[in-house]
Amino acid sequence: MIVWIILVPLIGALINGLVFATGFYQKVLGGDEHTEKSIVNIVGCGVVLISALISTYLFVNLLSLEPENRQIIQSLFEWIHSGKFTVSFKLLFDTLSCLMALVVTWVGFLIHVYSIGYMHDDESYAKYFTYLNIFIFFMLILVLGDSFPLMFVGWEGVGLASYLLIGFWYHAPDNAYAGRKAFIVNRIGDFGFILGIFLIFFIFGSVNYQEVFGKALDPAFMGVVPTAVITAIALLLFVGAVGKSAQIPLYVWLPDAMAGPTPVSALIHAATMVTAGVYMIARCNAIFSQSHTAQVIIVTLAALTAFFAASIALSQNDIKKVLAYSTISQLGYMFMGVGVGAYTAGLFHLVTHAFFKALLFLGAGSVIHALGGDQDIRNMGGLRKFIPVTAITFLAATLAISGFPLFSGFFSKDNILGAVYESGYTLQWIIGVITAALTALYMFRLYLNTFEGKSRVTASVKDKIHESPYTMTIPLVTLALLATFGGYIGVPDFMGRLVNLHDTNLLNRFVSSSIYLEPAEKIVHHIIHFGHITLVLFSIAAALLGVVFAFYIYYVKPAVPGKITENRNFEPVYKVSYNKWYVDELYDYIFVQPFTYLSGLASYFDLKYIDGSVNGVAGVIKEMALTLRAAQTGVLRGYATLMALGAAAILIILIVWQRL
Amino acid sequence: MGISVEHYFVLSAILFVIGAYGVISRKNLLIVLMSLELMLNAANLAFVTFSRALNDMTGQVFMIMSITVAAAEVAVGLALVVAVYAHNESLDIDILKLLKG
Repeated sequence: MIVWIILVPLIGALINGLVFATGFYQKVLGGDEHTEKSIVNIVGCGVVLISALISTYLFVNLLSLEPENRQIIQSLFEWIHSGKFTVSFKLLFDTLSCLMALVVTWVGFLIHVYSIGYMHDDESYAKYFTYLNIFIFFMLILVLGDSFPLMFVGWEGVGLASYLLIGFWYHAPDNAYAGRKAFIVNRIGDFGFILGIFLIFFIFGSVNYQEVFGKALDPAFMGVVPTAVITAIALLLFVGAVGKSAQIPLYVWLPDAMAGPTPVSALIHAATMVTAGVYMIARCNAIFSQSHTAQVIIVTLAALTAFFAASIALSQNDIKKVLAYSTISQLGYMFMGVGVGAYTAGLFHLVTHAFFKALLFLGAGSVIHALGGDQDIRNMGGLRKFIPVTAITFLAATLAISGFPLFSGFFSKDNILGAVYESGYTLQWIIGVITAALTALYMFRLYLNTFEGKSRVTASVKDKIHESPYTMTIPLVTLALLATFGGYIGVPDFMGRLVNLHDTNLLNRFVSSSIYLEPAEKIVHHIIHFGHITLVLFSIAAALLGVVFAFYIYYVKPAVPGKITENRNFEPVYKVSYNKWYVDELYDYIFVQPFTYLSGLASYFDLKYIDGSVNGVAGVIKEMALTLRAAQTGVLRGYATLMALGAAAILIILIVWQRL
Repeated sequence: MGISVEHYFVLSAILFVIGAYGVISRKNLLIVLMSLELMLNAANLAFVTFSRALNDMTGQVFMIMSITVAAAEVAVGLALVVAVYAHNESLDIDILKLLKG
């Protein structure tokens, strides 16, 4: 049963790819374009819907099981067998995989439907849906695989799909470069991940989840393994997560990845693929919980990433760039959660983020669609009157991401911040709260500049602004409902008690059967109820401060931002944020330029000495041949004479030789 | 004084040299071909002489073989002569200089 979840999207990709994207249907079977698009739609979206329905069916099956037995395993075949190393192709559907599969398939389905409207006029329509289905296929392998190599297959596969879709409009060189950048930066992370897998096999003698985690939880086994080794495994795996999930220092590919079609940014670069790192750490909880050093590094890097990306998002003018940096920042929150060992909190934020960030990107796509391709918020403003559905759903998502009370992001972000504080990471908690205020500020800056205030749209564009078709607005409304109410699956227990409800954190109870080990430091978690409420007040205050400040400077006094950026004391700060802390320039200076210089040297050496020696040999032979060609007169009698003389000479030599 | 083996060899050598001289000095392709035949037959004569002198049939077998091949060679050679004439309207071998380096 589980295997069909991953096979169905593959079948869809094969049908769309082989029959339609190749032109077979139109050129050989003689079908017309309109029918082709209809079939591509049904196949492309249908297969994801089937996967989603199967996942839901299995989810219901899981619920009927006892909490401690909630896992379904399907063993398919032995994949690799080499000496001691065996990998069987097994699929695991436990509560963690289930959560991920549900998010991937359902959010994926909504985005597929949205793409029907968004990509309607694109000439590579079938190819687009082929790539999208390939992505879903690999993403499901990633979350449903039962061993590290299988996860790695999915990991690489989604990287491939991401590369193909970022460079989807490859006719513009910049888009192709962005795809390449994403692929190469991810390769650095994958290098760490695969070394981590090697080390896991070396220490645990297996790459299967059950066996590895079984040994990791066995005190007798772990007693002889040095902590440094466990830390090394955790950090190597984390390097992989840093690449895929765009954390410092490997986040630079994600903003450029916005070159792809907007639904792709929503699906791959916001909702699903980039959260693979969070899933991986939650999956390996038995390992990460045992290395305090790794945890400190993860939480600190994650907090810095969250703050750093939020500070950049404050000043960007491209609507998708703001959302890209916001994604990096929110991923930072998720890593803070899984980093301190609050795995369900991190996963909860992963889920709510999938809702509201997919919605934000789809809303941005709807705006771009309405304006005929413009992404610069300086050319927007006052759009709420023209595209009300987009505006209201965007507002819902903005409130959710800002952590506005009772919206989904509020509960998930608070779960994380609470866990970070109670695990003793006060400094990281402070950064997290400041970032929450920044988040509210930059998100409302984006919302207000786009949808409210005076319109800055040029007159020629203004006449053509139109609300998007139903295929686009229905996913928007669905996601808006999820972004608003999705948080109620994980209301922290102490908040539930305020309104006299018990055990409100459904998500925590559901997923916890897949969490084998939580770090020892977290035992204090359930004690400080009073403290926790105070913490929540901090979060709310930060969010409201951001919202109010944004309203004041971007709505009430729209002249203020210009004055701030021109203020001599503030200008350097603004410049740093606007130019993204010069990180791209720094990487260019540290890595790209020396590499280019080295390549130049190698090229010079190759041209001058390697090619020189080869060409030199050829040149000598050529000179010799030029001299010798004079002998080739072409006169038959000359050849005959030489032959006769030669034969005579040989004869004479032989005779003389014998006489001697 | 009978005719000894040496006489045959000398005759063979004379024929061979005459043939070789013809190949080298004549300009007419047909005569060059005839001279070649002469060289070939000089060799055949040497084969038969050895066969006789050494009492071994191998030389004669070779001679027969060589005559057979020579017949085929002449057929091909004359066909080429005809083709060359058709192409150049002359049998002057000094015109055939396509292999000049």
